[in-house]
Amino acid sequence: MKKLSQCKIGEKVQVIGLSLSEIQSQLVELGLYEGKEISILYKAPFGDPIAVSVGEYVLSMRVFEADQIWVENVNINEEDSVIG
Amino acid sequence: MKKIALLGNPNTGKTSIFNRLTGLNQHIGNFPGVTVDKKTGILKNNNHSIEILDLPGTYSIYPRSKDEQIVYDILRNPSHAEYPDELAVIVDATNIERNLLLFSQLYDLGLPITLVLNMSDVAFKRGIKINTSALEKNFPGIQVCETNARVGVGIQQLKDVLSKEKQNIPRNTFIVTPSIIDKDDTIAQEKESRFRYDKIKKILPEILEFEIKNQRKNSWIDKVTVHPIWGYLIFFILLLSIFQLIFSIASFPMDWIDGAFVDLATYVSQLLPEGVLSELITGGIIPGLGGVLVFLPQILLLFLCLGILDETGYMARAVFIMDKLMRPFGLSGRSVVPLISSAACAIPGVMATRTISQWKERLISILVAPLMSCSARLPVYTLLTALVIPKKNLFGIINLQGLTLFALYFLGVFSALLMAFILKKFIRTDEKTYLLLEMPDYKPPRWSNIFMSLYEKAKVFIWEAGKVIVLISILLWALATYGPSNRMKNAENRLKKQKSSLSSEEYESKLSSVKLENSYIGIIGKSIEPIIQPLGFDWKIGISLLTSFAAREVFVGSMSTIYTVHQQDEKIGLIQTMKNEKNKYGEPVYTLASGLSLMVFYVYAMQCMATLAIVKRETKSWKWPLIQTLYMGFLAYAMSYFTFIIFS
Repeated sequence: MKKLSQCKIGEKVQVIGLSLSEIQSQLVELGLYEGKEISILYKAPFGDPIAVSVGEYVLSMRVFEADQIWVENVNINEEDSVIG
Repeated sequence: MKKIALLGNPNTGKTSIFNRLTGLNQHIGNFPGVTVDKKTGILKNNNHSIEILDLPGTYSIYPRSKDEQIVYDILRNPSHAEYPDELAVIVDATNIERNLLLFSQLYDLGLPITLVLNMSDVAFKRGIKINTSALEKNFPGIQVCETNARVGVGIQQLKDVLSKEKQNIPRNTFIVTPSIIDKDDTIAQEKESRFRYDKIKKILPEILEFEIKNQRKNSWIDKVTVHPIWGYLIFFILLLSIFQLIFSIASFPMDWIDGAFVDLATYVSQLLPEGVLSELITGGIIPGLGGVLVFLPQILLLFLCLGILDETGYMARAVFIMDKLMRPFGLSGRSVVPLISSAACAIPGVMATRTISQWKERLISILVAPLMSCSARLPVYTLLTALVIPKKNLFGIINLQGLTLFALYFLGVFSALLMAFILKKFIRTDEKTYLLLEMPDYKPPRWSNIFMSLYEKAKVFIWEAGKVIVLISILLWALATYGPSNRMKNAENRLKKQKSSLSSEEYESKLSSVKLENSYIGIIGKSIEPIIQPLGFDWKIGISLLTSFAAREVFVGSMSTIYTVHQQDEKIGLIQTMKNEKNKYGEPVYTLASGLSLMVFYVYAMQCMATLAIVKRETKSWKWPLIQTLYMGFLAYAMSYFTFIIFS
């Protein structure tokens, strides 16, 4: 278990919880609910803000916001699955 | 008339759909007590006329910024004046899961609802296919319309669906016990959102006919645009090109407009019989109108460039790389473009702050934007540098005049950032500061959207700022033309006695100089002399400071009138006359100290009624333009005073 802010570029992780904060409900609305798989796409110079791939879109946030998001690494074998 | 509210997440093509539905039948108004504009349009289809209300793009009906509050306020309250009869919700097919959250919240309001599935062509290319009948099955009672607003596919069908009469049939809600939660109860909201996502995830396999999940990769463009070196370099080059474009192109139409209004005034003065009416029209109203229109080329060109950057998706990257640098000053990456635009003209700069969703940050950006030295200050700076700064080189290479000009611009930028830092401590707000910004995909700009927004901005500027500008122009003209009648007459008579010794041209320019000196504005200029004397200014400068309120560059024109310089070789003549100007002790008026002090005054003083009018429009109150004028006036006085003391 670690914070999203501690992840490296390219790392694929799963959201396991959010810290209690004022933006908690907004983070859920944006799709960062428990179980969501996300990955870090790129970081701004100086490492802040960061851009995160959330499902089908890219969300940028500051390290402060990323500090509220708890994640764990996921098994890499599960990708490229087809639903339908 | 039936009223349909248009809702949707940001970046779903909502603006495109609104433009396609209403065309030029759009109107910008106010919601009482709110700073966000009320955008409505009329959809005309066959014999139907429907009012479309374009609400701000949001991810949820619960407000996350002051601008989003209006969505919540309207939808929660069926007796609200803007409460719609029906809803049309834009859903981005490429991002169905997140878009369905808002849709399901709106569905549970119980109003007739149309789901506008936009961008399914883009989704298909990415390997996503949406089953529309599965959507209709999971949300009973809705109508689904597939559109591709970028090219206009599906718009006619959408118009037909929206014009149809719909019955308000009671239906089951998407989640079992929905209710509009209090906007501050974020814990209950979070719980409900999780609940909604759980249900959406359950129905998703049915709705997605197929989805080929491919891991999102870094596009090569993003690798470059957010790169620590290339990213800043690209941003810098883009800004430099925009400024080059504005300074090289905008001056042509600006000169045409200037010339056209001078010609118009001359023409009208020949048509009308001499008198007050003719003078009012040719001296007050026509120049006032010209003073409004002359800003348009700069504003439109700047917004054309910014519109392209925004439409292509680059703007979000610029915000991304500039964010950290702006934070120490209480600003974010979103303030960068409005502030830099203000170095061309504060009017588009202030208007561009609308993209800043957080009110406090937006207000600070608006308040400090006019401190950036705009193009109207340049004529004042160049005149004064030529006057008091020697044409010498420092260490043999650095041109002193150029260095002064650079220092003035730097002083503006530095002061804007410093003031932002100070204002951050003073302005109270209950909004939280965070950055959660969607990075849209790069795409070619939709020109129709850009031109619609240019049209809208031009309309807003001409009507809203125009009123104020014309009014103040007339006031300034009246103050500069009229004076206590005996005083004006006496001065004129004194001059008439010398008439025989002067050429008619000399007489005319002397006459206008004497008239200005004895006008009300001249009297005010003289009466403020004791106040501005500590800054090294005399009453002649005082008059020009007052007339500059129309626009800063008017300073040069007023100076020419006061010093009776002929229109030809205005600049050289003016500099020579000003250089020889002596005060009552026989000392030169324009020394290094007083010249620098005057330049510093122009860096800080809020002498632009057009900007004030726009600040009033954007903040929807006269409170902020007033505060801005006062704090900038105080800074101007204090800084000029110190400059004068240091250099004398």
